[in-house]
Amino acid sequence: MQFDSLSDFLNMGGYAFYVWLAYGVTFGSLGILVMQSMGQKRKVLTEIAKQIQREERLKENRSNK
Amino acid sequence: MWKWLHSYADPERAYNLSGKLLPWFAMLAIALIGIGSVWGLAFAPSDYQQGDSYRIIFIHVPAASMSMAAYMGMATSAFIGLVWQIKSADWAAAAIAPIGAVITFIALLTGATWGKPMWGTWWVWDARLTAELVLLFLYLGVIALYASFEDKVLAARAAGILAIVGVINIPIIKYSVEWWSSLHQPSTIRITEKSTMPTEMLYPLLINILGFGLMIGAITLIRFRSEVLARNSMRPWVRTLAKAQGVK
Repeated sequence: MQFDSLSDFLNMGGYAFYVWLAYGVTFGSLGILVMQSMGQKRKVLTEIAKQIQREERLKENRSNK
Repeated sequence: MWKWLHSYADPERAYNLSGKLLPWFAMLAIALIGIGSVWGLAFAPSDYQQGDSYRIIFIHVPAASMSMAAYMGMATSAFIGLVWQIKSADWAAAAIAPIGAVITFIALLTGATWGKPMWGTWWVWDARLTAELVLLFLYLGVIALYASFEDKVLAARAAGILAIVGVINIPIIKYSVEWWSSLHQPSTIRITEKSTMPTEMLYPLLINILGFGLMIGAITLIRFRSEVLARNSMRPWVRTLAKAQGVK
């Protein structure tokens, strides 16, 4: 361990703002990217399921006539 | 000899294979980035000149080097898609572009937060920095072109050509610090000679570079799978998956 205490670690030798800003934005934006990417699959499948439903409704109405 | 590779261009096989690979990429990426970042932040020695501000290097260099590697991956995929008409390759390129953009943004931002305390400025119109900014715009251009066409075969062709032409920017970024006098320092990791960095700093850096590479791989697999589903919505196997999930 390079630092004597937790507050020493958080202080980053006086560069706390720059170091934690860099790390914060990095992991923040990576987190958003991962969440957005993981949500895509569900969105795509829901969209396709809706499309299938629409097609089936159309088919039903056509056969009624 | 390489014919067996061809069967993986089939969307369903590509989808299933990437699903099998994903947990390995994800787990390794999380483990490596965790180890590399904690090691770099808390255990690596302070720099004798830059103090603790240099600890930004453990994300700056991985992001910057991988922003170029991801670009080469994207351009290679686009090339394969254009030349051999393999749609899976086009979808892979489309999957990489947004990830590359985020990684490039991280490289620029961490560079700025490191530049401010060390150079006294967030930004200079220097060769290295400007070329990296152009890389961000290239990624954004590829994303925008791919999104602009309803016909995704046409979209992939347009975006692919831009991606391939943009490869010219990669050696410019790489050698900018040697060709022009720059505020940016030359690279500290050398492949052919001894690195200009002590090993206690080099190991966490290399671990994070590897971790970032695997992370880009993992997110590419996630996005590639959604792209395969979206482009194959008429196929029975995709419809089965969609029905299984239902409308929510």
